[in-house]
Amino acid sequence: MNRRNFVQALALSASIAAIGLPVGAHAADTIKVGILHSLSGTMAISETALKNVALMTIEEINATGGVMGRKLEPVVVDPASNWPLFAEKARQLVAQDKVAAVFGCWTSVSRKSVNPVFKELNGLLFYPVQYEGEELEKNVFYTGAAPNQQAIPAVEYLMSAEGGGARRFVLLGTDYVYPRTTNKILRAFLKSKGVSEADIMEDYTPFGHSDYQTIIAKIKKFASEGKKTAVISTINGDSNVPFYKELGNAGLKATDVPVVAFSVGEEELRGVDTKPLVGHLAAWNYFMSVKNPDNDAFAKKYKDWAKKNGVPNADSVVTNDPMEATYVGIHLWKQAVEKAKSTDTDKVIAAIGGQSFKAPSGFTLTMDKTNHHLHKPVFIGEVRADGQFDVVWKTREPLRAQPWSPFIAGNEGKQKL
Amino acid sequence: MCAVALGLAMLAGPAHAALDEAALAGLAGDFQHRIETIEALGVVGGEDARRVLDALEAGDLGVVAGRVVIVQGEAVAAAASGETLEVAAGAVDTITVNNRVRRALGTARAALALSSPERGERLAAARTLADDASPALPPAFERALAAETDGEIRGVLARAAARVNLASPDAAKRLQAVQALGESSDPAVKNLLAALGEKKGDEWVEPSSEVRAAADMAIHAIDRRIAIAEGIGTLFSGLSLGSILLLAALGLAITYGVMGIINMAHGELLMVGAYATFVVQGVFRTYLPAYVDGYVVAAIPVAFLAAALVGVAMERLVLRHLYGRPLESLLATWGLSLVLIQAARVVFGPQNVELANPAWMSGGIALAAGVVLPWNRIVIVGFAVFVLVLIWLMMQKTRLGMFVRAVTQNRAMAGCVGVPTARVDTLAFAIGSGVAGLGGLALSQIANVGPAMGTGYIVDAFMVVVLGGVGQLAGAVWAALGLGIVAKFLEGWAGAVIAKILVLVFIIVFIQKRPQGIFALKGRFADS
Repeated sequence: MNRRNFVQALALSASIAAIGLPVGAHAADTIKVGILHSLSGTMAISETALKNVALMTIEEINATGGVMGRKLEPVVVDPASNWPLFAEKARQLVAQDKVAAVFGCWTSVSRKSVNPVFKELNGLLFYPVQYEGEELEKNVFYTGAAPNQQAIPAVEYLMSAEGGGARRFVLLGTDYVYPRTTNKILRAFLKSKGVSEADIMEDYTPFGHSDYQTIIAKIKKFASEGKKTAVISTINGDSNVPFYKELGNAGLKATDVPVVAFSVGEEELRGVDTKPLVGHLAAWNYFMSVKNPDNDAFAKKYKDWAKKNGVPNADSVVTNDPMEATYVGIHLWKQAVEKAKSTDTDKVIAAIGGQSFKAPSGFTLTMDKTNHHLHKPVFIGEVRADGQFDVVWKTREPLRAQPWSPFIAGNEGKQKL
Repeated sequence: MCAVALGLAMLAGPAHAALDEAALAGLAGDFQHRIETIEALGVVGGEDARRVLDALEAGDLGVVAGRVVIVQGEAVAAAASGETLEVAAGAVDTITVNNRVRRALGTARAALALSSPERGERLAAARTLADDASPALPPAFERALAAETDGEIRGVLARAAARVNLASPDAAKRLQAVQALGESSDPAVKNLLAALGEKKGDEWVEPSSEVRAAADMAIHAIDRRIAIAEGIGTLFSGLSLGSILLLAALGLAITYGVMGIINMAHGELLMVGAYATFVVQGVFRTYLPAYVDGYVVAAIPVAFLAAALVGVAMERLVLRHLYGRPLESLLATWGLSLVLIQAARVVFGPQNVELANPAWMSGGIALAAGVVLPWNRIVIVGFAVFVLVLIWLMMQKTRLGMFVRAVTQNRAMAGCVGVPTARVDTLAFAIGSGVAGLGGLALSQIANVGPAMGTGYIVDAFMVVVLGGVGQLAGAVWAALGLGIVAKFLEGWAGAVIAKILVLVFIIVFIQKRPQGIFALKGRFADS
């Protein structure tokens, strides 16, 4: 070997190591799983925690013997909040790294971007975030809520006597597919409940909007024109912080005009002084404040993991609904693989229907046999002064998801794959 | 419910003995029971009832073994008698409230506060009851109205009573009530009056035509007041946006004006100022918890110095070597902005950090008709004026300011007459960066503080500078205020997205017609 060849070989091996390809014999007896969450860009705020909880869950499974005696090996990629890059990274995970399953995505637009990849390569995606429905893919399992497991019960609660008996609604959201579709469903639902067009106000702001003065003034005006008013917020990402700050300073109290949010959880409220927001609501399938031994263990496990792995501000880390959904998703996949005795996509899909897992929410969640969604309980929580939520209403038992909302015309009979 | 209240009143009696244990048991029940118990406590009145309601509001009320208790730190006391119990605080289940309970709690506490010796407390309580448009008023209300001597509080109480009198069978009383309500500027009152002018079948809701005419007049008066208040509100939000744009752009006006460097990292200097504020808050929380509300003031010099130091480092290490090469300096500063963002991510984490408004910057001044001018925005407008005056004094009255102006106008000639242009550059860049840091401090009070916060403001800041005219403070002021107010009026009319587009189109057209901006430098230029 002359010197030039040696240098080339050195460079080659260095670059192989750098892109994270496993080298060595132990690679054969592990099962690789992909983690596809944005670790930079606008969505990093929410998705970084999901990457963390996925790694924690994998560590936990490995510590108890792995899956079918084989250890799990996480392959973490960063699609950088860039929707087309999600598709590229998904292709890399499935085609090149040959992962058995991928856990990832947050925004609906990123999921729509990777769907064709999983279909083409027959991969497996677990999607952990509440979304607008109107979709059912053979290769995707949805462990977050469909609209009937979050949005509809929340509005029903607002209209009930306990929730204040609202008859007038402001639908406020960020301008993209999830809020638009959700509001379309809610509009139809409200109409079916006898709420007239004139009593619904719909407004959208761009991603990252930070000046909510005008919108709060509009809400106040709308709310003052008679009838009890409530705001339904599908604002996403860090715009929520200035929105809630303005809400508190403008003196719009939860006892007068309650705001119920579908994308605001413990994580989003970490950047806000919640004292003026006490009483505003959020609807989820899990809250960190739920009291049961499983949840205490889950929250403690995550905090310990965060400390051990040097997550910034590890003392104040919180758990939230999409994190719980990620945790449950990985465990359900493990159970399905063990039942199928194979990581083959089709065998796992066949085995996972009917699998159930005792979730930190205190309920045993079951994967539906036909529609790829989890049966989930619904909680409605009110913001506390410390940024956690008090559960003020919950379902008795988990609800079956309706990915195709009955409130959108043409959806009849679309319930199965 | 009435029976419960009556029973309770009899049990407790007028003498403020300890509360009956059984009377509080409802607090441990479901939300409906809690509301009934709270209303009953409001009727009973007295110190003990007040203590229990205050504890409930504060989240200190709990249940242990079926007994309602108040938790204070580690001590647990029976709520009814106040005697200390041998129970661990951890064993107590906190009694939660929802919005409906919270509303009942607010009314009950206000009813109790009506008899407070403190004038401020009574006024606040009267306002709470007047805003609560429920048709029935607590019995404490009549008593308070009879006993009240303060004119302002009487006025508020009378307005609350007028609402109830609108349903009186006596037409004269109704007329009086309508006239009293005409003094209001509350949209809810307007709705109440508008309902009188409606027809139910063939019958008017309000039979007397005289009362209807009075109601019409009252509605007009209220409408006028609401319109004025809303106009002021919109104008203020424009002013507020303008002052933020100004703070973001002022530093840029200096650096861009003096050195002609397009500093793409200007937004990150804002970010440095905001994080400096965050660090000061942390220091105050740890070492000076008693003075935590003063952290914003203490952060002013820190934010300025932190951003100025980063600015000096940038200028000395990178920009100095790129003078006269605008494209390279543009790319270099863009690279620097990425470096700063990543540095913030490494040091503070990718998440936004939490900055609490100090108590004196929370809430707002309530104008009529529910228009509130938030304190944090008022303070920022004042702060922008303060920074502007400082910069103006510096530029006009000091030797350094004179040098800066000289270099801005004609670098070569300034150098010829002995101005140390290199040092002026460094100092001007430091000052411009420091002002950006102050802008970051202001932003931290209303917007998100995160590693990428600066990127959202760089475009706006450049728009202000270009529109105002390069190197001109007055231009920056007019451009910032103009853009802010125009944007807010457009937003109210067309929504946030369209308003942003319209503003951009306006600036493009304006720059086409007048490339030098609103104000142009007069005089001879080396390069013009």
